[in-house]
Amino acid sequence: MNTAILRVSNLRVYYDTLAGPVKAVDGVSFDLMNGERFGLVGESGSGKSTLAHALLLLIKPPGRIMDGQILLSDQNLLNLSREEIRRLRLKTIALIPQESMNSLNPVERIKDQILDGVADHSRKLSAKEARDFIRELLDRVQLKPEVADLFPHELSGGMKQRICLAIAISLRPSIIIADEPTSALDVVVQRQVMIALGRMQESMGVSVLLVGHDMGLMAQFADRLGVMYAGKLVELDTVANMFKNALHPYTQLLIECPPTLQEKREFKGIPGIPPQLLNPPSGCIFHSRCPKVKKRCLTEVPNLKEIYPGRWVACHLYSEEKI
Amino acid sequence: MKIFKSIWSTLGSTATYWRNNPKLLAGLILILFLFFFWLAGSLFVDLKRAQPISGLPDQSPSSRYLLGTDSNGRDVFAVMIVGTGLTLKIGFSAGIIGLGVAVILGFISGFYGGVLDAVIKGIVDVLLTVPPLAVLVVIAAMRTEAITLNFMIFIVASLSWMLPTRTIRSQVLSLRERAYVSIAKLSGMNNLEIIIKELMPTLIPFMAAGFVSISSTAVLASIGLEALGLGPQSLPTLGMTIYWAISFSALLRGMWWWWLPPVVVIVILFVGLFLLTSGLDYIANPRLRRVR
Amino acid sequence: MTVMYLLKRMGILILVIWAAATLIFILPRLATSRNPISARIGQTAGAAGYLSQNVGEMVKAWEAKFGLNQPLWRQYLYHMKDIATLDFGYSLAFFPARVNALLLSALPWTMCLFGTATLISFLLGSLAGALLAWPKAPKFLQYFLPFFLTLSAVPYYLLGLVLLFVFAFTLRVLPLYGGHSIGMVPDFSLSFFMDALRYMLLPGLAIFLSGVGFWSLQMRGTMVIDLEEDYINYAEAKGLKEDRIFFRYAIRNAVIPQATSLAISLGQMISGAILVEVVFGYPGLGTLLLKAVSSFDYNLISGIVFIIILIVAVATFIIDLLYPILDPRISYRRQVA
Repeated sequence: MNTAILRVSNLRVYYDTLAGPVKAVDGVSFDLMNGERFGLVGESGSGKSTLAHALLLLIKPPGRIMDGQILLSDQNLLNLSREEIRRLRLKTIALIPQESMNSLNPVERIKDQILDGVADHSRKLSAKEARDFIRELLDRVQLKPEVADLFPHELSGGMKQRICLAIAISLRPSIIIADEPTSALDVVVQRQVMIALGRMQESMGVSVLLVGHDMGLMAQFADRLGVMYAGKLVELDTVANMFKNALHPYTQLLIECPPTLQEKREFKGIPGIPPQLLNPPSGCIFHSRCPKVKKRCLTEVPNLKEIYPGRWVACHLYSEEKI
Repeated sequence: MKIFKSIWSTLGSTATYWRNNPKLLAGLILILFLFFFWLAGSLFVDLKRAQPISGLPDQSPSSRYLLGTDSNGRDVFAVMIVGTGLTLKIGFSAGIIGLGVAVILGFISGFYGGVLDAVIKGIVDVLLTVPPLAVLVVIAAMRTEAITLNFMIFIVASLSWMLPTRTIRSQVLSLRERAYVSIAKLSGMNNLEIIIKELMPTLIPFMAAGFVSISSTAVLASIGLEALGLGPQSLPTLGMTIYWAISFSALLRGMWWWWLPPVVVIVILFVGLFLLTSGLDYIANPRLRRVR
Repeated sequence: MTVMYLLKRMGILILVIWAAATLIFILPRLATSRNPISARIGQTAGAAGYLSQNVGEMVKAWEAKFGLNQPLWRQYLYHMKDIATLDFGYSLAFFPARVNALLLSALPWTMCLFGTATLISFLLGSLAGALLAWPKAPKFLQYFLPFFLTLSAVPYYLLGLVLLFVFAFTLRVLPLYGGHSIGMVPDFSLSFFMDALRYMLLPGLAIFLSGVGFWSLQMRGTMVIDLEEDYINYAEAKGLKEDRIFFRYAIRNAVIPQATSLAISLGQMISGAILVEVVFGYPGLGTLLLKAVSSFDYNLISGIVFIIILIVAVATFIIDLLYPILDPRISYRRQVA
């Protein structure tokens, strides 16, 4: 039996604006199992990135974690002190950031930026230890040891991303949260980075939470997928099941959108625009764009329910179904 | 009835705006206070008393002379009124002249680019390195005829325009990039009018900030020159008053009413100008709003 | 850093010096209709009561001595030669002292005062500003903000006046005037230094207070923008210690625009320092300039002005040289404007 290493329940993250609270993440619950590759997919503004940052308690004002629990092996992260959280970062939960173009400190060399994490979490290494450590680390992400003496602006986008990957694994964390690590890269480099990430995951047995908007990428990488829309989790399932037979209308549309090699047609979009999170519509948040909308959807909010074992969906289409 | 309602709502939104930007309001109040001080003063006080030998010299403040008299027999209170007006005039006029130069040069430099841009930019950078006082001293000291107020205005304006020119130039540059793209898409033709219409609204906050900045620099420079005695000899500007106070050892003679009032007025002026600049900055740079 | 960068900065330095020298040559000849020396001689002579026909001869003799009867381009060349050898001729006010001698005696005083006060105010002010922007700094520091705001707005020299009145005149704690006690001979002894320090305290304080206000506000502004950068977020995500993020990530990056600010403000700051000297009668370039102006000592004025411009240009040059050390991105691409 595989255990859950991270349990998120009913997480709410709101942003306080002059016009009122924006409900970026509105009651999301899921488990990250030990050693699994979990994908969190959704379009821009779905709240996936906010969620990823919330897990590391990196939400800054005007954002606030309103409600919910984040359990890391029975310890609620929301109850920890600032220092305890600091110690968890990188060592236990590591982040691979989205904008690696600017994520690295422009005035420090790469080796210093790798070593400072080590120094602040365990101890300062001797010169020789440091050299070996860096060489080994860079080798794992297939970068030459000379890279360590360079400054970030001397590296390409792909190289910088691999450095961030190297930093993420440097202290052998239990969980890696990758926040759209390849969105800013071209396809070729994207593949390289994802392969590297996959290899790390396998050899180290790390649990990876991959946040992104590219269904194709998710299909190739993830074991299980969670689909987010407008701050809510609408479907949760294995990748295989989801692509074979998606349950939620939104997921179905997401999968249908890009044309395949077999079926050459025009790019289909999803009609309508995502709802504004300041004043979300009543009932199911997807109802205004849903092709299968019913009267009930306009007034009643569907909860995330386990329709079949391991298959969760928040939709009124399935609320009458019995397991 | 409708007009009344709309005026009320405009006042309401203006009030909210001012509440969010207290610095701008505070600065404006201070400057307006000085302006009205001068205005009211000119109407109610006999300004001839600011001339020498209007009263007995070296009198401490009394009911007759609200701020006493200086060593030349000037009524210090009258001097304050006249001086405030003069210094405000220097700031305002220099501000206008400097702003004109900054806008023209900034626009030409940013818009036309190329050699013209390089030349203007070069001149601006070199002039920025030069300590303004030094040059002004040379100019002022060399003048055989008496230094008039207009001369002062002109020379202090001549060294205050550089920084706003740079700001305006970079604004024009960035707008030019954007305008080109949209214009090219629309008509393939370079419509100068459209570009100007697009530029002007965005430039206004920078022009306002530039005006205030140039005025501050100009007033500072004028006071600096006057501190060395290089101001209009016959006019009791605030700086000249301080200069005369120092030359007549007012400090050592305990004649606080002579040197302190101009200092106070100047401090009010500068703090006001500074708050205005911060307030305008606040509008132009929304990121500053999050630091509280 | 690359050679190109170095050459370019040197080029600008030389250009500024040349421009300054030319300016000093041109301006007096523009501002008056007649040549400045004769105008002054005329006035001085008139004040002393000489008969006008003798004045004419005096002027001619003076002009011949200073080469003012030569064609303009010749004068320019002589002028440039003089500047190159740093020879400004005789001082009219302190005749027969040469301008150079006067400059040399005044310069160390100004450099000490201006240099130390500016340096300390820059360093402390920047640190204060950084702390004001840092959300995790103690909240009470924010109370300093209006204080800094007001201070930065007040010109040095007025602050000097107020300080003089409060501390020297009213409280009689510190000296009123000068650079050292009367009777103390300037030398390199410790007792002289201690004495000079007492005299430097108030003018230094005037420069320091105003400067600290200005620099803290500048740094705060820069830090606020800096703290929003992605690398700060990532540093936090890495769970780095607070002071490491504050110093190595935030301040280290904010220092770059702050140094630019410093370079740009040098001219303004030295002008302010000069005026402060006037208020305190401090024996630096400021008091010298006052004397020169009131005596219409053209040579001395030119000398002082040139030295001031030179100081600022060289200081700017030094800061420019430090740039590639501060910002590793600079060596590899053209100067960021």
